[in-house]
Amino acid sequence: MSNDGVNNGRRSFLIATTAVGGGVGAVGIAIPFVKSWAPNEKAKAAGAPSKADIGKLEPGAMVTVAWRGKPVYIVRRTDETLAYLEGDAPAPGLKDPDNTDKGQQPVYADNFQRSRKPEIAVIEGVCTHLGCAPKFVPEVKPQPFQEEWFGGFFCPCHGSRFDLSGRVFNGSPAAKNLNIPPYSYVDENTLIIGVDEENS
Amino acid sequence: MSKLQDLMGWIDHRLPVTVTFEKHMSKYYAPKNFNFWYFFGVFSMLMLANQILTGVWLTMSYTPTAEGAFASVEYIMRDVEMGWLIRYLHSTGATFFFVVVYMHMFRGLMYGSYQKPRELIWIFGMAIYLMLMAEAFMGYVLPWGQMSYWGAQVILSIFGALPVIGPDLVEWVRGDFLLSGITLNRFFALHVIALPLVIVALVILHILALHEVGSNNPDGIDIKKYKDENGAPLDGVPFHPYYTVHDLVGIVVFLFVFCFVLFFFPEGNGYMLEHANFEEANGLKTPEHIAPVWYFGAFYTILRAITFDIGPISSQLGGVIAMGGAIAILFALPWLDRSPVKSWRYKGLISRINLVVFAIFFVLLTWLGTKPASGLYQILGQVGTLIYFAWFITLPYISANEKTKPVPERVTG
Repeated sequence: MSNDGVNNGRRSFLIATTAVGGGVGAVGIAIPFVKSWAPNEKAKAAGAPSKADIGKLEPGAMVTVAWRGKPVYIVRRTDETLAYLEGDAPAPGLKDPDNTDKGQQPVYADNFQRSRKPEIAVIEGVCTHLGCAPKFVPEVKPQPFQEEWFGGFFCPCHGSRFDLSGRVFNGSPAAKNLNIPPYSYVDENTLIIGVDEENS
Repeated sequence: MSKLQDLMGWIDHRLPVTVTFEKHMSKYYAPKNFNFWYFFGVFSMLMLANQILTGVWLTMSYTPTAEGAFASVEYIMRDVEMGWLIRYLHSTGATFFFVVVYMHMFRGLMYGSYQKPRELIWIFGMAIYLMLMAEAFMGYVLPWGQMSYWGAQVILSIFGALPVIGPDLVEWVRGDFLLSGITLNRFFALHVIALPLVIVALVILHILALHEVGSNNPDGIDIKKYKDENGAPLDGVPFHPYYTVHDLVGIVVFLFVFCFVLFFFPEGNGYMLEHANFEEANGLKTPEHIAPVWYFGAFYTILRAITFDIGPISSQLGGVIAMGGAIAILFALPWLDRSPVKSWRYKGLISRINLVVFAIFFVLLTWLGTKPASGLYQILGQVGTLIYFAWFITLPYISANEKTKPVPERVTG
């Protein structure tokens, strides 16, 4: 009796459609809040290229420049270092000596030295494990963290090890080589990091 | 009728003040055999109040920008009247909050406080714990010291290991291509507004769910079975005034310990305020040794324990899964323990030994989290991780099959 004049089918339909409509609205209103967290225009603008003067960089030495706030290591490698890098890697060997992940370096750095000019290494100083800045350990001698050592990078956070081309050694927590940023030479002694084309 | 009673009557007709007070305090019957371990719930509430009060005061002098944050903390420490005390109350309060929460959780493990019908209380409690970890993590970023920066860098990078969405998710959370002032700003908003609101709401739910079914006790028995002629449990006493006054005594003793640390060891010898954090954040230089604050130690050790690939799962993703699993499995505890008795007093010997071993290894894992992961530390961390998970995995079998002792009808004092 109490259901007199009540169309239950229509009532259920109205409840269901209202709920769906409300749900769509709730998702819609969430969009601006979610999008608001994405990198903003100012952060994107701060991704502008960085210049580096390498005229005074001695063989075997490193300078660090900031690009997009990340450290970028620039090393002038010696001929001995390049010989080590081209030859067989010291034990325990490299995880990815041949740059199989093509996204990790620009095409012009897809070689054993992972750089445009063989002697100048330009490497992002961000460990591919958990983002710490690996330390530059240039001395060619046995290290506490690796017996055979021809110079390279050692991450103090979790002990990942890389050679002077930024290639990761076996047994490191990091799975990937260090990234090579896009860069080019403005002139003989000036690098621009973040720009792919030469002389632009 | 006095004027005061008139006023109360007037209010009670409009807002259920007296009824609510009776329901949750003066006529809420708590078991009369509460022991030492039952202080830690109220201590947690005290620490929450301390964090909110001192936190509000800190925001009055703190600057949430990458340029100003570190200097503003120095300003609070040196120039603001009593600023050092308010900051140390907050930083020491964080450590004590975790100490008492861990004790409170261990109490639940000993006396089976998570078992039917208190599963939801446990779930809400675990949610509080999870939110508290997020809250503490973001709070530690705010001083913008070296450890703030690099600790956050490492923890956020962990989520980059998630397949497909990982890298984009990390960028979205940071709001930048690297950890920056943008990240600091939003962590500030979450730390002082969003998460405290969530935590307070969860605490209310935790207590409402507790008062619905009543408190457990060291014997793990139901006190509502035997009632007097008025319907009050024979083994219960009204929470107010008996436990309010009782808890005040505990609070006084607790505050002695708290103040001793606060005034004499506010940095906790580098465990509470790490040495590297006295240097301003520098995105180009990582400190020699990165360690989380002590209360994250156990989960950090579990994260680092997975040093090997498992089939298609890389060691990094494996670590993330292990750490996530270590927290997630705690939520499932009410359904893993199948023992017919609640309190460990009446469980079998194996259960009791296992719980003690579990607790010892949890403390060990916590300590290892502050040490470098190499050599013996690494192996201990892996053994500890194994034991941590083994406890949960063997629990359903052991609890369902072992011989238990007879449970008394009334509480044993």
